[in-house]
Amino acid sequence: MSTFHRTTAEMVTPRPPPPLSRGVIGWLRANLFSSWFNAAMTLLAVYLLWLLVPGILRWGLLDADFAGTTRFDCQSAGACWAWVDQRIYQFLYGFYPPEQAWRVNLALTLLIPALLPVLFDRMPGARWARWFSLAYPFVAAFLLVGGYGLAEVPTDRFGGFMLNVAVGLAGILLSLPFGILLALGRRSQLPLVRLLSTAFIETFRGIPLVTFMFAAALLLPIFLPPRFNLDLIMRVIILVTMYASAYIAEVVRGGLQSLPRGQYEAAQALGLGYWRAMRLVILPQALKVSIPGIVNTFIALFKDTTLVIVIGLFDILNIGTSMIANPNWLGLGTEVYAFISIFFFVICFAMSRYSLHLERRLDVGR
Amino acid sequence: MSDADQPRTGDGNAPIIEIRGLNKWYGGFHALRDINLTVGRGERIVICGPSGSGKSTLIRCINRLEHHEQGTLMVDGTMLTNDVKNIEAIRSEVGMVFQQFNLFPHLTVLENCTLAPIWVRRMPKADAERLALEYLQRVHIPEQAHKYPGQLSGGQQQRVAIARSLCMRPTIMLFDEPTSALDPEMIKEVLEVMVDLARSGMTMLVITHEMGFAKEVADRVIFMDEGQIVEAAAPAEFFTNPRSERTKLFLSQIL
Repeated sequence: MSTFHRTTAEMVTPRPPPPLSRGVIGWLRANLFSSWFNAAMTLLAVYLLWLLVPGILRWGLLDADFAGTTRFDCQSAGACWAWVDQRIYQFLYGFYPPEQAWRVNLALTLLIPALLPVLFDRMPGARWARWFSLAYPFVAAFLLVGGYGLAEVPTDRFGGFMLNVAVGLAGILLSLPFGILLALGRRSQLPLVRLLSTAFIETFRGIPLVTFMFAAALLLPIFLPPRFNLDLIMRVIILVTMYASAYIAEVVRGGLQSLPRGQYEAAQALGLGYWRAMRLVILPQALKVSIPGIVNTFIALFKDTTLVIVIGLFDILNIGTSMIANPNWLGLGTEVYAFISIFFFVICFAMSRYSLHLERRLDVGR
Repeated sequence: MSDADQPRTGDGNAPIIEIRGLNKWYGGFHALRDINLTVGRGERIVICGPSGSGKSTLIRCINRLEHHEQGTLMVDGTMLTNDVKNIEAIRSEVGMVFQQFNLFPHLTVLENCTLAPIWVRRMPKADAERLALEYLQRVHIPEQAHKYPGQLSGGQQQRVAIARSLCMRPTIMLFDEPTSALDPEMIKEVLEVMVDLARSGMTMLVITHEMGFAKEVADRVIFMDEGQIVEAAAPAEFFTNPRSERTKLFLSQIL
């Protein structure tokens, strides 16, 4: 009987963990060499890097040519970057008048003070700075297009990376609120709202974006009377927005469904009506869960801006593609596409890192 | 209608809840059947019964978390209809405490308590915070005001939920099995708060199987089964001399 009855003679006081589980060695052991399999994978990865990195460095930097006016000036075995100096303006600004390029630069610079108070809400003065964020889209559009005393630049002069950023940014800013409304609409108690939202979402998810692009460029002008003739870039922005908001809506709907019913009921029971319950209780939680999916959609949207190539707009990819068709720069596809890839990668990677920061930042009190 | 459907204390001439011929279906399932119940101002009612008997559905009809198909439901002089204005008016007068607490996890305890006073009552933030701290004091956890719900124990969360409801200064409090999701050692702290609230004269409808609580504070105990009120009586009568066979069976199983 007494063998089953035991009490602890002395309580155990807390001790620090054993030394080998901490510090650099501890980190290496835990992350890279935690088992024979992991150790083998680590060594394999180091071997692959050792194979690849020197080759890329030699091709891209050490053996590369940086000066010249045609590809024939590039004589060494490595990459030919001579075109960068000649064509960088087109890659960045398209056919925007060079004497007006400061407007693009200014619009891009102003993006920083517009985004900071939105992205980092603990920044001092964020409440006031956000008024500027609200005004930013209009300021940027005014700067780019002109009018009201500023020289007008027709939108068919827009091109290069600036076109990708303009379409991508407008799509991102517009598709989030629109997608949230669609997600709420699809869960609405009102049958008509639910039906329309569902039909919208399924239509835009069910048809390739390229098809819509062709339709927007070729069909709309036929059906619409001439005075409704919207600017082509405007049409692309609207299209990309609707397309992305269908995806955002489904991501947000997933977030809404992950919340227990009780959250909504508690908000209702307190007398918060539908919109206040959504805004104050439901959406803050649902959007937090949806961050990875939303950012995923944004990244896809930004990369999809290169699809404007099919309707003849000269974004950065189209400008690169047409440049390597030029006899002077024939056959430099690797260099051009690597160069363009860097632009997209930097922005998409930044979005991805920010979303991780946001998740950590919102992960309070769990 | 029998005497047992009428209030036993309080001002019987001014009933605060009047339910007449209430019926509700879930699809083909008849969840509430011909419910008649009048609750007096300041009356404390404990509702018990087996699961699926319609107790939750009944009190959720009172603040319109469920809508009824037949009958009339009058709360504090306002008839519950589909009119959204009426529903929101009633919801801000009727507090509700849930089995699963349902605190808002993205807000601190204090923010949970001030949310509705600020947005529904249009109270200035400083006043709402003062009020919230007053009620957090009353449920004995003012020191947790700046923590998030996830950092509190179940008993503390439920007491915050009670304070959150009280911050709207409701005239009626509904409790839907407030202690059923709690570890045994935390039930007592929540019940103490509820007893304290009952003594202050609040009108309360409490679904619970804590018969000690029923004996201590209830004016009337209602036993429900199969969507009906089977028996309603003062606790002394209810526990010592139940009349219906089903009540006797139920009591023998839980006591």
